Amino acid sequence: MSELLGTVMAGARQVMKAQAINANNLANASTDGFRAELVHISSLEDINGLSSTPDLAEGMVRTTGNPLDISINGEGWIAVQAPDGSEGYTRRGDLRVDAFGQITNGAGQIVLGEGGPIALPPFQNIEIGTDGTVSIQPQGQDITTRVVIDRIKLALPDERLMGRGNDGILRLARGAIADPDATVKLQTGTLEGSNVNAVGEMLKMMDLARQFEAQVQLMNSAEENSSSLASVLRMNG
Amino acid sequence: MNQSLWIAKTGLDAQQTKMSVISNNLANASTTGFKRTRAVFEDLLYQNQRQVGAQSSQETLYPTGLMIGTGVRTVATEKLFSQGAMSQTQNPLDVGIDGKGFLQVVLPDGNIAYTRDGGLQVDSQGALVTSSGYAIQPNITIPSDAMSITIGTDGTVSVRQPGQANTTQVGSLQLVDFVNPAGLQPMGSNLYIESSASGAPQTGTPGVNGLGTVMQGFVEGSNVNVVEELVSMIETQRAYEMNSKAIATSDQMLQFVNNNL
Repeated sequence: MSELLGTVMAGARQVMKAQAINANNLANASTDGFRAELVHISSLEDINGLSSTPDLAEGMVRTTGNPLDISINGEGWIAVQAPDGSEGYTRRGDLRVDAFGQITNGAGQIVLGEGGPIALPPFQNIEIGTDGTVSIQPQGQDITTRVVIDRIKLALPDERLMGRGNDGILRLARGAIADPDATVKLQTGTLEGSNVNAVGEMLKMMDLARQFEAQVQLMNSAEENSSSLASVLRMNG
Repeated sequence: MNQSLWIAKTGLDAQQTKMSVISNNLANASTTGFKRTRAVFEDLLYQNQRQVGAQSSQETLYPTGLMIGTGVRTVATEKLFSQGAMSQTQNPLDVGIDGKGFLQVVLPDGNIAYTRDGGLQVDSQGALVTSSGYAIQPNITIPSDAMSITIGTDGTVSVRQPGQANTTQVGSLQLVDFVNPAGLQPMGSNLYIESSASGAPQTGTPGVNGLGTVMQGFVEGSNVNVVEELVSMIETQRAYEMNSKAIATSDQMLQFVNNNL
């Protein structure tokens, strides 16, 4: 009897964890560049039966017209420096220039160029090319002067080896670093949103809620079984 | 108790903030020199419940881990300094800035603030002030007998006085630019103040070094795109509803436990 209770309790706990992952996806349905976490349930009783992997599918692209908003056209990732100094990959493209002249994205991650962070001298205007080339018209120069500062590191890392860190940044396994890839193309004036499929997540949420109820119902049955067993034993005794 | 409740709550908070930002943009759709704001979101930390690649036995590894995210937060509300539409007013004291740059004004406490609202006025002393009465920096005084005022594209202010054939230059408007204008701190009344994120102000003559030119007789309208804001409003409302649905579902799960055990 207690074995059944233990099994369904573990099941209910796993469903609640899966529900939490689901709720996180829904909460980030409008976080630019966010990648959903997919839940896989192989067995509810086994503590290792629940696992999750990042969903690396592309998010929807919308036009903003802002020259510092970029999105990747097709496959590829933008290399960024995580707060711990390691290299991560994102498709978040709401770029900005901070007070030190460094290019960062909306989450404050420093965008990497070919040789580390990109530092810009004072400029009059900035342009990002389709291959990630960052060019500026330096302050005090006329329109014919264009200076190429760096090229945003665009890479095609092996997506099977990509995992999420506790800070939410996607990295390659074992600290590996992807090489820049010239085939990755950018589009400026557009932004890639979250790849969360809202309808799918809502359905999953309902499904998990029913599974949870089934587990609780089983706890009920376990309790009924044990009380009827007790009454049978009492009559015979 | 149930993590989903708190995770979905962060979603509600974020969408609520976004809704406030959109409402403020819409409310200022016809404010002179207003720059629209965008809410920027970021996912929160993740709880690593099982490390991907950990040993499942001496010889084998877990191919996947288990990462539970803890929600979303608004990391910034960012001003977008794109050009607003210029509308002609014929008023000689209206100046629109075409391009980058801000006008400097002196606040009553002596500090300097920056604005793109060029609807200027003359106060009782003849000084050029904003519609809130803050003096433009550097000070420009218009003589009381001025018959006409001309402001050139480079900011030169000249007046014509009775009995004189030529105009007299009484001062010139200067513009100020920042490395990161989005880092300026908005303080209401169309004013911004310098912050550590904006970088130091760089003063210059309009039309030089990438600064915009000054257009007399024009005012710069708000850069809010009403249609875009309305679309974001629909999106925000639906996202809010989804998060509240997640709270309701988690609540029902707990309720079910209470009622059935």
